[in-house]
Amino acid sequence: MPDCILQAHHLKKTYTQRTGALGLAGHQIHALDDVSLQLKRGTTLAIVGESGSGKSTLARGILRLLPLDSGEVIFDGKNFLALDKSALRSARRDIQMIFQDPFASLNPRMRVGDIIGEGLVIHSIGDARQRQNMVIQILEKVGLHADDTQKYPHQFSGGQRQRIGIARALILQPKLVICDEPVSALDVSVQAQILLLLKQLQQEMGLSYLFITHDLRVVRHIADEVLVMQKGKVIEQGSVESIYNAPQQNYTRQLLNAIPGQARRAATA
Amino acid sequence: MNALLRIEGLNITPARSPERKLVNNVSLSLARGKTTCIVGESGSGKSLTALSVMQLLSPQLHMQGKVFFQGQDISQLNESAMQHLRGRQMGMIFQEPMTSLNPVLTIGFQIGEPLQTHLGLKGSALKQKVADLLQQVGIDPGRANSYPDELSGGQRQRVMIAMSIACEPALLIADEPTTALDVTVQAQILRLLDELKNRMQMAMLFITHDFGVVADIADEVIVMFRGEIVETGSVSQVLQSPQHPYTKALLACVPDAEGKKVLQPMNYGWLIPA
Ligand SMILES: Nc1ncnc2c1ncn2[C@@H]1O[C@H](COP(=O)(O)OP(=O)(O)OP(=O)(O)O)[C@@H](O)[C@H]1O
Ligand SMILES: Nc1ncnc2c1ncn2[C@@H]1O[C@H](COP(=O)(O)OP(=O)(O)OP(=O)(O)O)[C@@H](O)[C@H]1O
Ligand SMILES: [Mg+2]
Ligand SMILES: [Mg+2]
Repeated sequence: MPDCILQAHHLKKTYTQRTGALGLAGHQIHALDDVSLQLKRGTTLAIVGESGSGKSTLARGILRLLPLDSGEVIFDGKNFLALDKSALRSARRDIQMIFQDPFASLNPRMRVGDIIGEGLVIHSIGDARQRQNMVIQILEKVGLHADDTQKYPHQFSGGQRQRIGIARALILQPKLVICDEPVSALDVSVQAQILLLLKQLQQEMGLSYLFITHDLRVVRHIADEVLVMQKGKVIEQGSVESIYNAPQQNYTRQLLNAIPGQARRAATA
Repeated sequence: MNALLRIEGLNITPARSPERKLVNNVSLSLARGKTTCIVGESGSGKSLTALSVMQLLSPQLHMQGKVFFQGQDISQLNESAMQHLRGRQMGMIFQEPMTSLNPVLTIGFQIGEPLQTHLGLKGSALKQKVADLLQQVGIDPGRANSYPDELSGGQRQRVMIAMSIACEPALLIADEPTTALDVTVQAQILRLLDELKNRMQMAMLFITHDFGVVADIADEVIVMFRGEIVETGSVSQVLQSPQHPYTKALLACVPDAEGKKVLQPMNYGWLIPA
């Protein structure tokens, strides 16, 4: 039995969608249809799949940000879905999330320094001065500056906001980070900087990542294992090597073949 | 040359600190039926440049310079004249979908709105057109009654794409339009845009950080760094023989699909004058 930081068993989530002229009739969307996964401590599991296949639902369901219909989540040996309020509160320090939509996840009325430092306050880590230093340190690690702490989210670019979300998740030195498209808005240089930061933290502190992305080039550089989703189901999983070298499913092959820029690369090779 | 869009000497600064140039003397032009990709550092002024064309900059920012659209200087147009252009002649796909979608209106209503105001579509014709657009961006038309927060990230992005092309605008400004899409859906969207480009001679100003996408769709490429354009050229010039040190360094960071390359962020301290 490998040492798993996270296990999910048979997760299910069905949404009922209004349809018809008056929105009275309903039809069901099986966002998670019996999804199970295992994440070994200190490793990275990438989740790839079609837009709408249930990746964000999976992330939010594991974190209890939305109620699942059924299933079991074991985090660090504990039955996470059964934790009571106070146990959940302290467990939240160890399991952080980087959200897909940075703007929607940052409080527009808070200064960035307070947004990033909020978790430190909630979990009573350090005094005001130490907190300030930690905030500045992590900001600089994601390529932003000390004076950015005084600004509001709308004063940043899309990629800068995404990095604010990353800084907020990493400052607590959690055990597990669930990253939902964390580098999708970043230019390739900043992207490399962030991926290296994530890897460095993994080596130093044994962090584990559940890493949702649609960019298979990124998967290749960050992940140990890959899980492919389609229409709420896991259709393939395995080591990065095996998925790239011998994809079993048609959809996985399509994903590999649709990486953009290949025509030109082939033409100029 | 008769350009569809021409930007001349664009400068953008925070209204309260006019010495901080967020966008510094940017000029560019774009012809019908052509695609120009803007690439560059995060925070280099790509989105602000795009927003200034549509006159959608935040009031906290101050803009100087001229924007010509179909030969007319639109930088001085009043809001109602701009509203007439937006959505009809110029479409925009915003970088963050949730900032531009209205959370209390269904997506079907929001896609239908420009069709109603600009083209006067009503009733079943309107409904049919909305369903067609949803289909084209790969969303089940049965989802027309959904609200934005009932959709996935990539579905929201596609709703915005459907809204922006609903009236078949002459100019489409797309700010990282496919960041939330997996490659198969992305390919479908890029084909759709390409089809509009060929059929309608639509011009595209396309901001992306994905060099694979650039290689697939761009005619011309503009590279931005710290608020300035540092390089422009045809797609093959820029990708194959980049001139500016920033472009060279940036291209060296592109991750490869084989995973053989060691990832390395660039060290561009030396690029910035002291
Ligand atoms: N509140 C909701 N009500 C109804 N349907 C929903 C709701 N939230 C999500 N869905 C649907 O569930 C499915 C899965 O959504 P989810 O956000 O998990 O997808 P995803 O894999 O993250 O996609 P993307 O890559 O586009 O972000 C989608 O079809 C979505 O429309
Ligand atoms: N309202 C504002 N007030 C002050 N500064 C701002 C404001 N909006 C943007 N900026 C700054 O202007 C610069 C350019 O922002 P812009 O959004 O154009 O960047 P971008 O090139 O689109 O970056 P990204 O790739 O990260 O989206 C950034 O440094 C940003 O912090
Ligand atoms: Mg998602
Ligand atoms: Mg931007």
